[in-house]
Amino acid sequence: MAASLQIFQKTKAFFIEIGDISFFALRFFKEVFTKPFEFKELMRQCYHMGNRSLLLVGVTGFILGLVFTLQSRPTLMEFGAESWMPSMVSISIVREIGPVIIALICAGRIGSGIGAELGSMRVTEQIDAMEVSGTNPFKYLVVTRIVATTLMLPLLIVFGDTIALIGSAIVENLKGAVSYQLYFNQVFDALKFSDILPATVKSFFFGFAIGLIGCYKGYHCKKGTVGVGEASNSAVVYTSMLLFVIDFIAVFVSDIFFEV
Amino acid sequence: MNKPTHIKPVLELKGLQKSFGDNHVLKGFDLRLFEGENLVVMGKSGSGKSVMIKCLVGLLQADGGSIHIRNHDITTLGQKELDVLRTEIGFLFQGSALYDSMTVRENLEFPLRRHKAKLNITETNEVLVLEALESVGLAHAIDLMPEELSGGMKRRVALARALILKPKIILYDEPTTGLDPITSNEIIQLMRSIQKKYGTSSLIITHDVDCARVISNRIILLIDGINYIEGTYEELIQSNDPEVKAFFKS
Repeated sequence: MAASLQIFQKTKAFFIEIGDISFFALRFFKEVFTKPFEFKELMRQCYHMGNRSLLLVGVTGFILGLVFTLQSRPTLMEFGAESWMPSMVSISIVREIGPVIIALICAGRIGSGIGAELGSMRVTEQIDAMEVSGTNPFKYLVVTRIVATTLMLPLLIVFGDTIALIGSAIVENLKGAVSYQLYFNQVFDALKFSDILPATVKSFFFGFAIGLIGCYKGYHCKKGTVGVGEASNSAVVYTSMLLFVIDFIAVFVSDIFFEV
Repeated sequence: MNKPTHIKPVLELKGLQKSFGDNHVLKGFDLRLFEGENLVVMGKSGSGKSVMIKCLVGLLQADGGSIHIRNHDITTLGQKELDVLRTEIGFLFQGSALYDSMTVRENLEFPLRRHKAKLNITETNEVLVLEALESVGLAHAIDLMPEELSGGMKRRVALARALILKPKIILYDEPTTGLDPITSNEIIQLMRSIQKKYGTSSLIITHDVDCARVISNRIILLIDGINYIEGTYEELIQSNDPEVKAFFKS
């Protein structure tokens, strides 16, 4: 009885939180199109999130391409199909693995960073100070960060995918003596509009989810240092879950519009 | 009690109520702050002093009662009107609340960026920032980050930031908490000099009896969510009420 009551309470709390996040998102859409636009802060956040994530995304993408090619090579060779390697790797990375892995990496780096930063600002009354000074903290802190992640994530994913394909090309060049030109010719032959468009569209949603959850958790952080830790941690957990849900919906929808 | 009744208060609370669940923090608190006055609200930790001051500037929504600041009922104001009214109020937070990703200069420029034009302030940001910093004796710290400042310096910079829009009212939330006695005394003297220089009305929330003694024109003791007693420092220390005695003796 106690266990079922506990499950009921947790489920209830979960759905209440989903409702709160939805209201938070609605407030974002209400405020994103109204003046004043905080362009300077938006540019600062874009630089902070985009430029400073390049190394992490680049290294992750490179290793991803490298490992994926190394692991797939023996199986393809068994069937005498190693010439399919560039098409298989490029489609897998561009369509699915690249966006999801890079979004998860960014959820860890950017999402937790936003959660911790806004959380500590809440705890140390900096958000209150902003409000008292007559500046809308939601607009200055939340709107700019969500817009920045939404704009930056697709660029980071394109960058990460490119580095992953370069990593894959290096393995093919070393192991299979395939020239870089031949490798990339096959990559561009294999990739279609229907591979690139859904992946690009869903990467905007990934970016929005990372910004939204990070900001929600930080903005509503409970008092104390424990609250900041929880905000940062739960921002990553919630975002990771949401990324898979968005990915599932994206695959489902693109399946309707394009033959996968 | 030297409470002036012939002049209109710049700030007035009537029957302020605020609860958090079953915890009734404020149960009908009244307060009137007059022009040029230093009014101190004292009370034990957790008595609702900070809740009261946050209701005053709209950071918390009061459950009942009215809040009038310079003839505006803030409970009925829209967000834009409230933001404009907030420019007439300086707020010194308990923990200073400096923006830690910005330098001292940027902290002080932050309120200016939104309201300078609206308030028809013609001086450059540089002049205004330096003037505010000079009035707290920290002009040399203009390009430092908050993490490079001591507790007392942070409090001074926060005070300079509260002054930058030349407010008519300054609200101090525990201005001396967490500071050593010498720095506390410096902050108190600074508050006095600022009041003389800018002619502001001040509402000071504290449980520091020394601070109240030096700075107050009038003291309200907040106990059990209501104004328990009101008077000058001299009147209150002579009170025979056991609660008041216990508070001032401690």
